[in-house]
Amino acid sequence: MKRLVSLIIGLLAICGLLAYSSAQLERSSGSTGDKVLNLYNWGDYIDPGLLKKFQRETGYHVNVETFDSNEAMYTKINQGGTHYDLAIPSEYMVAKMKRAHLLQPLDKSRLTGWHNFDPQFLNQPFDRGNRYSMPYFWGTLGIIYNDKFVKASQVQHWQDLWSPKFRDQIMLIDSARDIMGMALITQHQSMNTTDPQKLRAAEQKLNQLAPNVKAIVADEIKMYMVQDEAAIAVDWSGEAAEMLANNHHLHYVVPSEGSNLWFDNLVIPKTAQHYNAIYAFLNFMSRPANAAQNAAYIGYATPNAKAKALLPKAIRDDRQFYPTQSTIDHLQVYRDLSPAKVELYNDRYLEFKMHH
Amino acid sequence: MTKRKTWLYFIPYGLWLALFVIAPVALIIYQSFFDLGHQFTFSNYSTYFQSATYLKMTLNSVWYAFLITLFTGLISYPTAYFLHQLKHRQFWLLLVILPTWINILLKAYAFIGIFSQAGLANQFLTFIGIGPQQILFTNASFIFVATYIQIPFMILPIFNALDDLNPAFVNASRDLGASNWQTFRRVIFPLTLPGVKAGVQAVFIPSLSLFMLTRLIGGNKVITLGTAIEEHFLTTMNWGMGSTIGVVLIIAMIIVMTLTGDQRPKGGTPR
Repeated sequence: MKRLVSLIIGLLAICGLLAYSSAQLERSSGSTGDKVLNLYNWGDYIDPGLLKKFQRETGYHVNVETFDSNEAMYTKINQGGTHYDLAIPSEYMVAKMKRAHLLQPLDKSRLTGWHNFDPQFLNQPFDRGNRYSMPYFWGTLGIIYNDKFVKASQVQHWQDLWSPKFRDQIMLIDSARDIMGMALITQHQSMNTTDPQKLRAAEQKLNQLAPNVKAIVADEIKMYMVQDEAAIAVDWSGEAAEMLANNHHLHYVVPSEGSNLWFDNLVIPKTAQHYNAIYAFLNFMSRPANAAQNAAYIGYATPNAKAKALLPKAIRDDRQFYPTQSTIDHLQVYRDLSPAKVELYNDRYLEFKMHH
Repeated sequence: MTKRKTWLYFIPYGLWLALFVIAPVALIIYQSFFDLGHQFTFSNYSTYFQSATYLKMTLNSVWYAFLITLFTGLISYPTAYFLHQLKHRQFWLLLVILPTWINILLKAYAFIGIFSQAGLANQFLTFIGIGPQQILFTNASFIFVATYIQIPFMILPIFNALDDLNPAFVNASRDLGASNWQTFRRVIFPLTLPGVKAGVQAVFIPSLSLFMLTRLIGGNKVITLGTAIEEHFLTTMNWGMGSTIGVVLIIAMIIVMTLTGDQRPKGGTPR
């Protein structure tokens, strides 16, 4: 009897496990029904209200699945077996996916909102003529400071971080390209340089920063800054927006001498199936009212000029997230470097981390 | 008939071994011989052994793993010994094992809360008049948290070894006039040494490649081989180099296993 019971329990457990995993598998490959759109997005990167509105208007149900790094998204789409209709990679990943033939060109004749975009955010080196991508949000790399410990005038430029006043007070985002890029800018070099000597010089420059560096961390940087753990951080504007919302002592500065300009973009991967839904969604999202609603919800800067005009003045004129034109002119977009060059950046960066 | 049955029993184990042990290791070794252009090469290994950065990182990893194992051992042996004397020892043991049910990431975040500027530890330091200190992002806090996480894995094998110890040996030792210390040093400790060795294996090897804690608690001030592997697989996508470091780690593990393995000297027990 006892044996029978344990046998039955065992069988039930196995059945449950199988049912669960098959449900998981089904979920993670996107639904293949008729009136749906499978969107592969970063976590919490779209106003859920807009998805409901889209469904009410068009009848298409949006399945959202999330990823937490460009690389993870790339691997999943590259492996196949998924049915994503739209994905939102960053700019260097658009170039990489394009080269790997993972993207389908946009049919411009089916897009109705293209004229809403600010031309300075179109036709970027990662996708000339925007053949494959529609910009979703843009942002910068900059300095976050806490006005309890630091005066605004003390941290307007990258070079200010090297000041001995900030000993053990700075947190850096753990990203080779961005931190090396910051050092390159202080030396008046391009953030896209592949000259080993210039990168070596940038590493030496970073080594001088080491006494000021409290930690090199990833997402946790937001939590630390909100909790006043450090006075200064170097991070992306998107992360900064979240920090500022949770601690009003924090401020964000984009150094006027230059920084990175990044884009997140809507693209159609090779795995797409629901083309009517895709174009309906792209047109829906590029409508000024919807783009403005999304920008107000996420807190990032919208490349949609008409949508920006609809935003409240306090957001529109916030120099932290919509810097002045002269600052924008100094921003640099990352070019997609060959793996060997990426490695060059990472090796120098790893050596800096070892030093520190 | 019986022979066929035993063979059947081996199937799940054999499948498991082939799929989850042999295949991944073989794949890692295979990958380590390819460069970024998918060409067969030995260059990953020559880069590794010629790079001061990687060699220093290896030394770092071994040194920190050693420290973590040492502190874990120093805490675990007396704890296991003490637990073993208690009346409801299975219950107390359960309490020791309980923290392992909690995800390591959650535990790390809990320590961030405790060690941060406004955290409990600093509140206490302020209370006793020392004033707040920088605790997070120091080597000491990294070793502390790593030790905390590893302790149950050291206590368990030592506790089991103590459990297996025949009390008659201890009684005999006492009867023959040995002091408590002598009994411990000559009888109890040598007989529970296999437990200590198993504990060292269970702690040292995972400690070699810790990477989540080096960032969360160590603020990347402690760089171990795990950090480099993560970077090669996720950022540079140089799987060859990442695998090479993986192979080095596997070799390091084999060395540790051999050093701590059972080497029964032939011809009688050692005195």
